[in-house]
Amino acid sequence: MAWVNAIIQGILTGGLYALFACGLSLMFGVMKVVNLAHGDLAVIGAYVALGVITVTHIPALWSFVIVVPIMAVLGYALQRTLIQAALDRGVLITLLVTFGLSVVIESGLLQFINADSHSLGVGESIITGSFSIGSQIQIPYLLLLIFAVAVVVLLGLQYFLSLSRYGRMIRAVADDQEAAQLSGIDYRHVFGIAAAIAFGTVALAGIAYGMYSQFSPTTGTDTILLFAFAAVVIGGLGSLWGTLLGGIVLGVAQQIGAQINQADQVLAGYIVFLLVLALRPQGLTARRAQS
Amino acid sequence: MSEPKARGGDWTPPLPANPPQGRGTSDEGRSRLEGGPEARSQQSEPLLEVRDLTVHHGQLRALDRVSLRVFPGEVYAIIGANGAGKSTLLRTIAGLHRPTDGAILYDGKDMTKIRPERRATGGIVMVPEGRRLFGSLTVEENLKVGATYARKGPWTIERVYEIFAWMKDRRTQRTAQLSGGEQQAVAIGRALVANPRVLLLDELSLGLAPVIVQRIYAMLPQILSTGLTVLLVEQDVSQALRVASHIQCLLEGHTTLEGRPSEVTAEQVEAAYFGLPGGNGGAGSLPVSRGGLGGIVPPERTEALWHGSTPSSRAS
Repeated sequence: MAWVNAIIQGILTGGLYALFACGLSLMFGVMKVVNLAHGDLAVIGAYVALGVITVTHIPALWSFVIVVPIMAVLGYALQRTLIQAALDRGVLITLLVTFGLSVVIESGLLQFINADSHSLGVGESIITGSFSIGSQIQIPYLLLLIFAVAVVVLLGLQYFLSLSRYGRMIRAVADDQEAAQLSGIDYRHVFGIAAAIAFGTVALAGIAYGMYSQFSPTTGTDTILLFAFAAVVIGGLGSLWGTLLGGIVLGVAQQIGAQINQADQVLAGYIVFLLVLALRPQGLTARRAQS
Repeated sequence: MSEPKARGGDWTPPLPANPPQGRGTSDEGRSRLEGGPEARSQQSEPLLEVRDLTVHHGQLRALDRVSLRVFPGEVYAIIGANGAGKSTLLRTIAGLHRPTDGAILYDGKDMTKIRPERRATGGIVMVPEGRRLFGSLTVEENLKVGATYARKGPWTIERVYEIFAWMKDRRTQRTAQLSGGEQQAVAIGRALVANPRVLLLDELSLGLAPVIVQRIYAMLPQILSTGLTVLLVEQDVSQALRVASHIQCLLEGHTTLEGRPSEVTAEQVEAAYFGLPGGNGGAGSLPVSRGGLGGIVPPERTEALWHGSTPSSRAS
């Protein structure tokens, strides 16, 4: 039963990792930006949520209503200024710029807030509570909720991308920027929209992580970014549902590793990550046909 | 630029202080060509005008003071060999290249510094070389993207399905699954649904079987009947001569010939296309019209043609 429990926990944690990963995947898929500041931006989202909760006293769960729009606006603004300026100079420059952004965010948080760890919604029953199936399987409400949110976000993104006007424009621009321009589309604006959506999911990831665990200024790079990368690579770059699959594989691997030896939890995840890179570098879901 | 330049309606091309010798002997050939542009310019104002356009690709001067005027309802064909600068000219008009010098006027307004997407929504729409469809989108989605910021006009997705009958049945297929000719049709449809006033066609025939090319060009009258003006670039000279109401030949970034297809001889086209001595023999017979168009050759032109020097060597 302990193994079943581990697998269930792993699958549910996969939802959290999918939330980490989908923004990273979207930004890579649309504008070929590997956003190394991704994790730090999620931490910013968590800090903004902390501030919002402290000031307004709304329940932690509902902080996303305010934090997601704030982060989306930040995403649009950053894309239209810093990231676009980097893109204009070449795709590799975006790596340097987002790495620099990551360093600046982390140092800024240490400088202006502090290095303490924080959590969101401590003491709220839905966040700390859990229910049991049988005697050995315990499922936290929060993990279930995060998994559901991840599925809803991915479904929403899929419908948006495939059915809406802007979604179509985002896919067109991802295919061929120049041809999109010839159809009258300002690809920089479309990039901004895509970044706004990605940053919205990043905000959700930050809030979810803040409720699930503790965050500090360094959490962004040492946990969120790395897990996001692992989930994206395992699932397949640029594939939305791949990020959920990748997240689940990563989560299950970690939980099984923890079952063998508590200290091996994170290591087990990275071993799977390396195996996928070595044996199926295009990821589990990626199709060969897509160029 | 040391040559004096006049701007405005009474625009004249930059003339050398001392016209090269031999030009006077070509009076006969030139006057024949002059009729075209003169007659055209009396009809109306040009819809699209390019003045003295110079474009560099890095060090290479791809276009050297090229000018043209396209009048409403015309099919204006740019011909020339590979590397003559035809595509560069079209892409610069669409806004994808920044000219080093010169101006692009559309409907009398200077468009030179306008972004490509604004030109497209303003009515200059290009079908790019190599189709450049959105490969992960379906046929219909490609058309919808083209129609996103469409101007008001006669073209709709339904209308495109009418002229390309096969397309409606296959509208849910990804364009990557289509043949080259079908992709070209979708690319044309994607441009048409934007309801352009000027349609720029870049090398429609590239990579397509001759019979497919024929079929695509056979659609042109239907497209023109909606009041479009077409500026096209074509390597296939016979095809261009068949459809065009006016042609201009580029060689190494310079204009070497321009006029109505009926007014130019095959020898002149050949000479202009390859940079060979003209049909009558001698530098003076180079079939370049002056006319109202101002598509005059720079002073180095004759020498360049005879000795086969490249634009970059001239630039130094």
